[in-house]
Amino acid sequence: MPDVVVIGAGIVGAACAYYAARAGLDVAVVDRGPVAGGTTGAGEGNILVSDKEPGPELGLALLSNRLWRELAASGDGEGARRAPGGARPGGLRGPARAGGGFEFEAKGGLVVAETAQAMEALAGLAARQGAGSASGGAVESTVVAPDRLRDYEPHLAGGLAGGVFYPQDAQVQPALAAARLIRGGAERFGRSALTLRTGVTVTGFTRDGGRVTGVRTDRGDIPAGAVVNAAGTWGGEVAALAGTHVPVLPRRGFILVTEPLEKPLIRHKVYTAAYVTAVASDSAGLETSAVVEGTPAGPVLIGASRERAGFDRTVPPAVLGRLAAQAVALFPALARRRVIRAYCGFRPYCPDHLPVIGEDPRAPGLYHACGHEGAGIGLAPATGHLLAQALTGLRTDLDLTPFRPDRFEGERR
Amino acid sequence: MTPEYDLAVIGGGPAGVAGALTASLAGLAVVLVDAAPRLGGQYFRRLPAGFRAARPGALHHAPGGLDRFTRQCEGLAARADVLTGHRVWTAGREEADGTVTVRCLEGDREERPRTVTARRLLIATGAYDLPLPFPGWDLPGVLTAGGAQALLKGDLVVAGRRVVVAGTGPFLLPVAAGLAAAGAHVLGVHEAAGRFGLARHPLLAAGKAGEALGYGLRLARHRVPYRGRQAVIEAHGEHGLTHVTIADLDHDWRPLATRTVACDTLATGYGFVPRIDLAVQLGCALRGDHGGQGGHGSPVVAVDAGMRTSVPGVYAAGETTGVGGAVLAEAEGRLAGRSAAADLGRRVPPDPALSRRRDRLAAFARALRESYPVRPGWQEWLRDETPVCRCEEVPLAAVREARALGASDARSVKLLSRAGMGWCQGRMCGYAVSCLAGEADGPGGSPPAPRRTIAQPVRLGDLAGLAPDSPAGGSAPPASPSPEGPPR
Ligand SMILES: Cc1cc2nc3c(=O)[nH]c(=O)nc-3n(C[C@H](O)[C@H](O)[C@H](O)COP(=O)(O)OP(=O)(O)OC[C@H]3O[C@@H](n4cnc5c(N)ncnc54)[C@H](O)[C@@H]3O)c2cc1C
Ligand SMILES: Cc1cc2nc3c(=O)[nH]c(=O)nc-3n(C[C@H](O)[C@H](O)[C@H](O)COP(=O)(O)OP(=O)(O)OC[C@H]3O[C@@H](n4cnc5c(N)ncnc54)[C@H](O)[C@@H]3O)c2cc1C
Repeated sequence: MPDVVVIGAGIVGAACAYYAARAGLDVAVVDRGPVAGGTTGAGEGNILVSDKEPGPELGLALLSNRLWRELAASGDGEGARRAPGGARPGGLRGPARAGGGFEFEAKGGLVVAETAQAMEALAGLAARQGAGSASGGAVESTVVAPDRLRDYEPHLAGGLAGGVFYPQDAQVQPALAAARLIRGGAERFGRSALTLRTGVTVTGFTRDGGRVTGVRTDRGDIPAGAVVNAAGTWGGEVAALAGTHVPVLPRRGFILVTEPLEKPLIRHKVYTAAYVTAVASDSAGLETSAVVEGTPAGPVLIGASRERAGFDRTVPPAVLGRLAAQAVALFPALARRRVIRAYCGFRPYCPDHLPVIGEDPRAPGLYHACGHEGAGIGLAPATGHLLAQALTGLRTDLDLTPFRPDRFEGERR
Repeated sequence: MTPEYDLAVIGGGPAGVAGALTASLAGLAVVLVDAAPRLGGQYFRRLPAGFRAARPGALHHAPGGLDRFTRQCEGLAARADVLTGHRVWTAGREEADGTVTVRCLEGDREERPRTVTARRLLIATGAYDLPLPFPGWDLPGVLTAGGAQALLKGDLVVAGRRVVVAGTGPFLLPVAAGLAAAGAHVLGVHEAAGRFGLARHPLLAAGKAGEALGYGLRLARHRVPYRGRQAVIEAHGEHGLTHVTIADLDHDWRPLATRTVACDTLATGYGFVPRIDLAVQLGCALRGDHGGQGGHGSPVVAVDAGMRTSVPGVYAAGETTGVGGAVLAEAEGRLAGRSAAADLGRRVPPDPALSRRRDRLAAFARALRESYPVRPGWQEWLRDETPVCRCEEVPLAAVREARALGASDARSVKLLSRAGMGWCQGRMCGYAVSCLAGEADGPGGSPPAPRRTIAQPVRLGDLAGLAPDSPAGGSAPPASPSPEGPPR
C-alpha cells in the first residue's frame, strides 16, 4: 500500500510525487490520461517572478524559482539513460538532456513600458518586489533605459519608454518537466517509491468514518495513507467526490507557435508593463498581453490570452489576431513569420486567484494541490515541497494559511 | 452583416466542383475556394497550362471522366466565383445567424488575406497520402503514391526510371499503370494485403472490380508483376535511392523472407487520411472509419443522407466523409449542393436515383477499405534510429522513450518527443505516431482526430489584421493594456 496516492500527472502532481518520495514516502501517481495530458501539456513554461505583486504568491514563486534551479542542476529530471544526442532537444539533433532533461533555461525576462506613466509604475513594482519576502528571497531586477533596451533585445520596436530586466525569470518545457520529475524521482528514490499509472480514472474515495483512506478508480480501489488532489482544472470535481468544496474553474488561454526561425530573434521573455497599472481583474471578458519568447527548438511562442469561456475549444479569430498584433508591435520583424499552430488550454483558477495547498480539515487524509491558474508550472516545485512537509508532519517553510482549502466556506450558499 | 454568398465551397476536386455547380444551377450564389492554382483536386490535377500530353488517356484511365470534369468547371466558372490559389487557414460559424466566415491567404511571396462570408459551407477538402515509415523512407527517390501521381501529371519526367510500387489498396494499380504508360520501367507492384483481398469481398464481385481488372490487364500488358503479401521494408542508398528490400509478409505484415531489388524510384501508399481540420475547427461530429478487423482507420466527418454534418448549415462531401474515389466524391458533391439549395428554400426536385447511387458507391468504398486494412506488423519494419517524424527528425527510439515516460496517445508523444510538432504538423507522421503511441489498440481501432486550430500556416502580420482593434494587418497598434497581468 502506498503512503500517498497523487491524483493527476500534471506538473503539480509530478512535483508533489517527487518531493513526497524524496521525503521517504511511497507514492503512486494516477491519471485518467497520459502524463502531462491536462493543462500542463497545453500551456507555456514561463517561470516568472517578475509578474507578481509582493504577497503569498510571490513567496511561493521565489521559493519555486530556487527549487527549479536545483532540479535542473541536480539532474534529477535526467533519468539514468541518455538518449542519442544531436542539435535539438527531444529530437535526434537535441542535446536531449540539456537543462535537466526538460529544457530549463534561465534566460531572464524583459518587461517593457510603452509610456512614461507605465514606466513609472513598472519601476515602482520592481522596487516593491526587491524589498524581499517572508521566505527570505527577493526579486532581483535592473531598470533599463530606453536607449539600452536593444542591448537586451536587438529586434525590439522603437519608441518604448524603458523597461526592467528580471534575471530570475526562467523557462522549462512543462510536459517534459512533469514526465522527467516522475521518472527521475523513481530512478533516484527507488522504483517502488514512485510509480505512475496512466489510464486510471478516480471515481470516488474510500473512507473510514470521516477520514479518507484511499481512492476508488475504474481499475479498482487503491488504499493509501493519504491522497493528494492534483487534478488541476478538474480539482473541484475531484474534491466533490470526497464531498468537499474547492472552487476551481477553467480560464481559457490560446498560444501561437511560429515556424522555427533559423536565427534566434528573441533572447528573453518579453512582455509589456501595461498590466502593472491595473489591479487584478475579475472580468470574464477577453484579456491579452502577449509574452513573446524564442524556444531552443526554434519556434517563437506567443502567449497567451485569458478568458472565461468554459471548456469551449472553438477558435475566436479575434483572440489570435490580438495576440499576433501585440507580438508584432513588440517585434515588427515577426510580421512576416508564419504561425503554424495555435493551441488552447484551461487554467485552473480560484476566485481569489491563489492556489489551494494543504490538508482539507473537512476530509482528513485528503490534501489539495490545485488551482494554480496561469502559474502552475512556475509554482509546482514549491507546492510539492511544502505539501511533502505537510504530509510528513513537518513545519512548512512557508505559511500555508493563505492557501488553505476551506477558505471559501463563507462564500458557499 | 449580410453574407456575400449563399454557399462557400472549400475544395475544387470532383466533390467540391460538383457541389458548387449543382448549387449554382439551383439558383444559389456560390463561391469555390481552392489552394491549388487550378481546379481538379487529387484526381483531376491538371497539367500545367499549355502542356499537351502525347497520350492523354495514359494519364487518366477514364478520359471521359476528365472531359466531364472539364465541362463542369466551365459551367461553374460561368455561374459562380472561383478563387483558385487561395489557401483557407480557418473557418468559423456565427452561432446567432449561422453565417460562415472562411479566411484565406492568396499568393505566395506577397501573401494577401481574403475573407469570404456565406450562409452555408461545403467542406470538400479531400484527403492526403498515408505513408508508413520504414528505414530509408526519407531518401531522395522515395515518393508517396500521390506524389508519384503528381509527378506523372505534372512534369512527366518518369520515362526510363526504374520504379517499385508498394503499399496497399486499389489506388496502387492506377499509379503503377500510369507510370508504366508514361514510359517508366515498373519493376513490380507489391500489395501488402493478400493479392485477392479485393476479389474475395462479396460486394466487390460486381461493379468496380471490373475497373480493377482493367488495371490488372493494363499492368499485364506492360509486364508488371503484381504480388500480394509483400512490402518494401527498407530503402537503401547513399545520397539517393539505389535499391530496396522487399519482404514477404505474414498475415499481420510481419516480415518473413527478404530480397533486394535495384531501383531509382519507390512509390509507396498505405491509404489516405481525410483532410478534416476545418470540420474539426467547426465542431463537426466525426466517426471512425474502420479498416476492418484489426485494421486501423482514420476519423472522417459524419454526415446524413443529404451530406449534412452535425453543425447546422455545414456540409461535407468527397474524401472528407470517407475515402471512396472520384466517382463517389462527385455524387456526394451533387447531393450536398442539392441539400444546401433545398435548405435555403430553393425548389429541388427529388432525385432518388442519385441517392441510391451514392449509397451503392459508398458501400462499395467501405468494402474496399475493409479489404485493405493497415496491419500492425509494419511497426516491426522500423529500427531504433528510423525517423518517424521527418520534420523534427524524431527517431523511433525517442517515441519509445516518450511512451516509457508515460505518454499514451499521439498528443503526449508529441509533447515529449516533438514527433508531429514541425512544419507539417503531423500530417505526414500523425497516423504512424498514433499507432506507435498505442492509440489504435483499444476497441474501435480508430485514433482520434488531432486538433489543428490553423489549417495552413499564416503570417503573424496577416493574423494581426484580425484583431478587433487593429486597422490593418502588419501595422498593428501597440499592445492593448491588459488589466490583469501578463499572460502566463
Ligand atoms: C495558455 C496557457 C498558458 C500558460 N502558461 C503558463 C506559464 O507560462 N507558466 C506557468 O507557470 N503556468 C502557465 N500556465 C498554467 C499552467 O499550465 C497550469 O497552472 C498547470 O499546468 C496546472 O498543472 P496541474 O498539474 O495542476 O494540472 P494538469 O496539468 O491539468 O493536471 C491535472 C491532471 O489530473 C488528471 N485528472 C483530472 N481528473 C482526474 C480523475 N478523476 N482521475 C484521474 N486523473 C484525473 C488530468 O487528466 C490531468 O492530467 C498556462 C496555462 C495555459 C492554459
Ligand atoms: C495516387 C492516387 C490515385 C488515385 N486513383 C484513383 C482512381 O484511379 N480512381 C478514382 O476514382 N480515384 C482515384 N483516386 C482518388 C481520387 O483522387 C479522389 O477520390 C478524389 O480526388 C476525391 O475528390 P475530393 O473532391 O473529395 O477531394 P480532392 O480531389 O482531394 O480535392 C480536394 C481539394 O481541396 C483543396 N483543399 C484542401 N484543403 C484546402 C484548404 N485548406 N484551402 C483551400 N483548398 C484546400 C485541395 O487543394 C484540393 O484541390 C486516386 C488518388 C490518388 C492519391
